[in-house]
Amino acid sequence: MSKYKVVHYINQFYAGIGGEDMANYKPEKREGYVGPGQAFKSAFKGNAEICATIVCGDSYYNENMEEARKQILEMIKEEDPDLFIAGPAFNAGRYGMACGDIAKAVEKELGIKSFTGMYLENPGADSYKKDIYIIETKNSAAGMRKAVKKMTSFAMKLLDGKDILSPAEEGYIKRGIRKNIFAEKRGSERSVDMLIKKLNKEKFTTEYPMPKFDRVPPSPAIKDMSKAKIAIVTSGGIVPKHNPDNIESSSASKYGKYSIRRFKEVICDDYETAHGGYDPSYANEDADRVIPMDVLRDMEKSKRIGKLYDFFYTTTGNGTAVANSIAFASEIAQELKSEGVDAVILTST
Amino acid sequence: MVKEIEKSGIPVVHLCTIVPISKTVGANRIVPTIAIPYPLGNPTLTKKEEKELRRGIVEKAIIALETEITEQTVFQ
Repeated sequence: MSKYKVVHYINQFYAGIGGEDMANYKPEKREGYVGPGQAFKSAFKGNAEICATIVCGDSYYNENMEEARKQILEMIKEEDPDLFIAGPAFNAGRYGMACGDIAKAVEKELGIKSFTGMYLENPGADSYKKDIYIIETKNSAAGMRKAVKKMTSFAMKLLDGKDILSPAEEGYIKRGIRKNIFAEKRGSERSVDMLIKKLNKEKFTTEYPMPKFDRVPPSPAIKDMSKAKIAIVTSGGIVPKHNPDNIESSSASKYGKYSIRRFKEVICDDYETAHGGYDPSYANEDADRVIPMDVLRDMEKSKRIGKLYDFFYTTTGNGTAVANSIAFASEIAQELKSEGVDAVILTST
Repeated sequence: MVKEIEKSGIPVVHLCTIVPISKTVGANRIVPTIAIPYPLGNPTLTKKEEKELRRGIVEKAIIALETEITEQTVFQ
């Protein structure tokens, strides 16, 4: 039996090229497997082989999406594989976006089966789950062994052209696809069964979960900006030098609130970033690159805005749990309201 | 965070480089920025040019906050 050919996509970190300092690494094709590809190779047990690995820096992909996508599609086309696997990306946001985007493009534009793997809260999951199969993984590379096992058996199913079952059975993130099946009991009977279970406070599984619309309507615009009080909030991790409150570089469990009252202009020498998910050298050199305080002070002077609020709020948006972000922001919002802040500029890295 | 603050009725403008993430997360007013490690700057420019660049983006953010919208809007 001839082996199936697989092309694998990984970022600069998993290729062993470097961390954030190498995140601008341009797409490159290497022969055979690289990094986590080795685990896939052994899991495939000779039924499929990784003929090539595409490596690309996370920042490069996300900042040049169209260009990166085009280059990588060319590289994959040359290999003419039976399957394309991206990641797994776990909870790495930019890596997840890149994996989702390229897997979607490979399937759509090249007609080659493809999928990826990541943690449910990775922004790449929400962005691409409707387009492609995304195997759910743990939030860090500690879950690599399990992820590879799940992804390999899923890969073999795709390669062998077997039926893909429900998300719960296969371990992929729900795509919102409905499939017709033959049920043993008819609908009326099934719904009465569910109702009885519900009345008896027993567990039951709905056949039609209500979609969760997680959107907030836009707040009204500011009528008179020259009287408005503006606050800065950032997920870019800007903190006073030496990070006095020890805000974590990733998976933050807290946020900071720091006074900028005494700063009239730039704040470059007093601040740095605690964020562990991007190259900190530029923000450390000049924090205005992340929180534009100098410009806002000028605008305050020229009456373009009414006032810059005396404090800014900060945390590191690097693998930070959604639940934590919600808790931080709801406290911040309450304070801002009671302080009479009219609008917020929120910067992200 | 954007959504949670916006929920309180305070308008938020999200300045970020990866616009698709901002859209997925659900920001309503979005202004694209320069690069991930320096959203509001560019180390290859002079300090003066860099501040001008930053002023341009912040001005867009202020305009976004002054603009009534009914759906997610990217202010280019």
